[in-house]
Amino acid sequence: MKYFLLACLGVFALGVLSLFIGVSDVTPMTLLDPATSTHAFEMLMVSRVPRTLALVLAGAALSVAGLIMQMLVRNRFVEPSTAGTVESASLGLLVVMLLAPGLPVILKMLVAAAFAMAGTAVFLGILRRVPLRSEFIVPLIGLMLGGVIEAGTNFFAFRYDLLQSINAYMIGDFSAILRGRYELLWISFGLTCVAYVAADRFTVAGLGQDFTTNLGLDYRKVMALGMVIVSLVTATVVVTCGVIPFLGLVVPNIVRLVIGDHLRRTLPWVALLGAALVIACDIVARLVIAPYEIPIGTIMGVIGSGLFLYFLLRRRGYGE
Amino acid sequence: MGSDAKRIWTPAVALTLLAGLALLSVALFMTVGVKGNWGFILPFRGLKIATMALVGYAIAVSTVLFHTITGNRILTPSIMGFDALFVLIQTSIAFFFGATFLTGLTPSLLFLVQTAAMTVFAGLLFSWLFRGGVRELHLMLLSGIIFGLLFRSLSSFFRRVIDPDEFLILQDTLFASFNRANPELLSVAAILVLLVSLAAWRLRNVFDVMALGRETAINLGVNHRRMVTVTLAMVTVLVSVSTALVGPVTFFGLLVANLAYMLVPSHRHILVLPGAAFLAVTCLVGGQLFLERVLSYGSALSIVIEFAGGIVFIMMIVMRGAR
Amino acid sequence: MIEVSNVTKSYGGSEVVRGVTSSLPANGVTSIIGPNGAGKSTFLSMISRLLPMSSGQVTVDGMDILTADGDAMAKKLSILRQDNHLTARLTVRDLVAFGRYPHSKGRPTSEDLAHVERSISYLGLDNLTHRFLDELSGGQRQRAFIAMVLCQDTKYVLLDEPLNNLDMKHAVAMMQLFRRAADELSKSVVLVLHDINFASCYSDLIIAMRDGKLVRQGAPAEIVTTANIQEVFDLEARVEIVEGRSIVHFYL
Repeated sequence: MKYFLLACLGVFALGVLSLFIGVSDVTPMTLLDPATSTHAFEMLMVSRVPRTLALVLAGAALSVAGLIMQMLVRNRFVEPSTAGTVESASLGLLVVMLLAPGLPVILKMLVAAAFAMAGTAVFLGILRRVPLRSEFIVPLIGLMLGGVIEAGTNFFAFRYDLLQSINAYMIGDFSAILRGRYELLWISFGLTCVAYVAADRFTVAGLGQDFTTNLGLDYRKVMALGMVIVSLVTATVVVTCGVIPFLGLVVPNIVRLVIGDHLRRTLPWVALLGAALVIACDIVARLVIAPYEIPIGTIMGVIGSGLFLYFLLRRRGYGE
Repeated sequence: MGSDAKRIWTPAVALTLLAGLALLSVALFMTVGVKGNWGFILPFRGLKIATMALVGYAIAVSTVLFHTITGNRILTPSIMGFDALFVLIQTSIAFFFGATFLTGLTPSLLFLVQTAAMTVFAGLLFSWLFRGGVRELHLMLLSGIIFGLLFRSLSSFFRRVIDPDEFLILQDTLFASFNRANPELLSVAAILVLLVSLAAWRLRNVFDVMALGRETAINLGVNHRRMVTVTLAMVTVLVSVSTALVGPVTFFGLLVANLAYMLVPSHRHILVLPGAAFLAVTCLVGGQLFLERVLSYGSALSIVIEFAGGIVFIMMIVMRGAR
Repeated sequence: MIEVSNVTKSYGGSEVVRGVTSSLPANGVTSIIGPNGAGKSTFLSMISRLLPMSSGQVTVDGMDILTADGDAMAKKLSILRQDNHLTARLTVRDLVAFGRYPHSKGRPTSEDLAHVERSISYLGLDNLTHRFLDELSGGQRQRAFIAMVLCQDTKYVLLDEPLNNLDMKHAVAMMQLFRRAADELSKSVVLVLHDINFASCYSDLIIAMRDGKLVRQGAPAEIVTTANIQEVFDLEARVEIVEGRSIVHFYL
């Protein structure tokens, strides 16, 4: 508990740091100086605070979504971007762009969530047909399914000249986050809280259908609840700031290395570390080529795939 | 297949038919919709065809040879991230040496430098993977895919970091597609492919033995380790050629190689390799023709390949697991 | 003669084969026996250059297996391991013909083809020559691989559990075949065997291994005794002499 509070403080400090990074001049000094304070304060409230909040909310929710998926599929390498969920959400967005471009953002998000759910269901359906001889088959199939869905999306996007707009969703980017454009992410915060309340059920479901039924829980209901949470979280994040690859994979795996598998204990840590990682990546994204920015999706792509490889190849007796 | 069907469907028949199909698609591509000036159309389409044929050949041969040395038919160079690595090397050269260095080189010299770097890095990476004792196929596949994603993310990171103005200058030298052929690059690539093909011709019988697996190959007196290294180098050169000419096409090799195994009833590389190459040319040229003329979606070919290839890949994994 | 001196294989810290020194004769049937995990297969893989050794040396008729030309070695010594599966789709004849590769380099002469036919009929595969390996039963496939190794026509033939997948009749036929190869063609056949009674009845020499070490080596009559079975296999068994051969009873 003591460590957790310390960690919270650390993340808070990161968040404060994030508030003061950017092109326009917002520093503690300019906030206090009466000559500049109105403008600086305005900037802070319109852009910096929403951006930092969005980072925290998206980071925590995606990491938790990854953790839930890993529990339910019983495989430590699944997460929304290795299960076709993310790509399905993007496909949903494309369909909205094609058929009903004027839809309010919340409905866009719901359509994307419905697609995400369907895509995840297809993924689980395929898994049920494959004798899982190896834990690596699961992400392999998920990645490929994602690739197929993405190719389908690209094909129609290409056909209807929407490739540019759909690509904007494929690579996560927080630079366009302003007040009024991130509030959807509070939904994913709510879902993260639901996940915390239901944590024990997910832990039990993770032990298998027979085990769950034996304890008097409805396995299908728990599975469905988990998938709804994961799909909604994925959809909200993709709609607001785009895809942040592998976040839900690396964060739970790091936490698991340190404190093990019990969901109620690990979940707060996963949320916290997820938020911290996303804020840190975003700070880097803003600093490397300032005054320009690199999309956070690109940075997470490098860090995420690097860490993914580390988890894959760790303990495999290299150097013999 | 019944024994009658077997007798009719001999390797010679299969190869003749596949060669005929390849020729037919090339002929159609050259002639369909031609109005007027041949002097203009011939070199324009000819260059495009030559690029596609060379790329198809390179991908087909490299994939079959890769299957031979790895002893399975799912792993392909591009699934293992080879072409992503080539793109990364391209971008890194631009990133670390800058536009002035690049524009100072002729495209062919640049290409040779990239290919050399690629051979070294791919050799290091894969000897590390193979020798590290990653015996499990699925782990190998997954690591290859993730390595590919890592290379791709690193390339796009470098691309973002390079000064945007400078990057614009580079884009032309760096990135290619089916629709933009470069005659000078094409001739260098053709020479490299020819050299590799000569080597492959000399080694054709050794490849047959290599396909029996490491232990049997050693038993039959093949220096397995050296052959793997040599073959890997050949594969790397071929992948560099195809990626430099048209960019990465992940699943194409998987599709044509497995189709060739199905259609050419022989285990001999001297028959399977040309079969795969004919199929590759047919698919690329025919596919491009179909998309351009019938559906008028000019450059969506790689998207279609990705889509079909992904489905075939999943099916192969599922069936493999079921067996 | 295959001279093995002080050969060791270790993985990480643990030694699977520990300092084995022995010499395998240039003629006759030699069987290597021992409990699971004794290091028999590892030992066989090392003396046939499939597996690099951690230390020690192996020479075949004076040629060091690590430095000798792979091709020359393939004409002198052949090896067949267990669990041979192929990705390529081959017919029985294709596979057997590969046995001539060290001699023909993929361009078989009529003499090579005669060798192929002889090996095929030796193993009773005449009716199966055009069948694909993946259409055969485990035993038929095993025989096809053995035909390939015989077709290689080497002085030394090393086989890891060649009786795997074979029924009693084919197992006996196989052992008789090895016996004939040794007697009539003066080859040296080295086998890893699980069935100690086959080893006892058909071998000239038995090598017994346990815990990576060579613990006994000698003629079947010396090796197959109650005391030795107890020591090597940690099993109480009765040994009877039937028609001059020592037979181990361990079912009762």
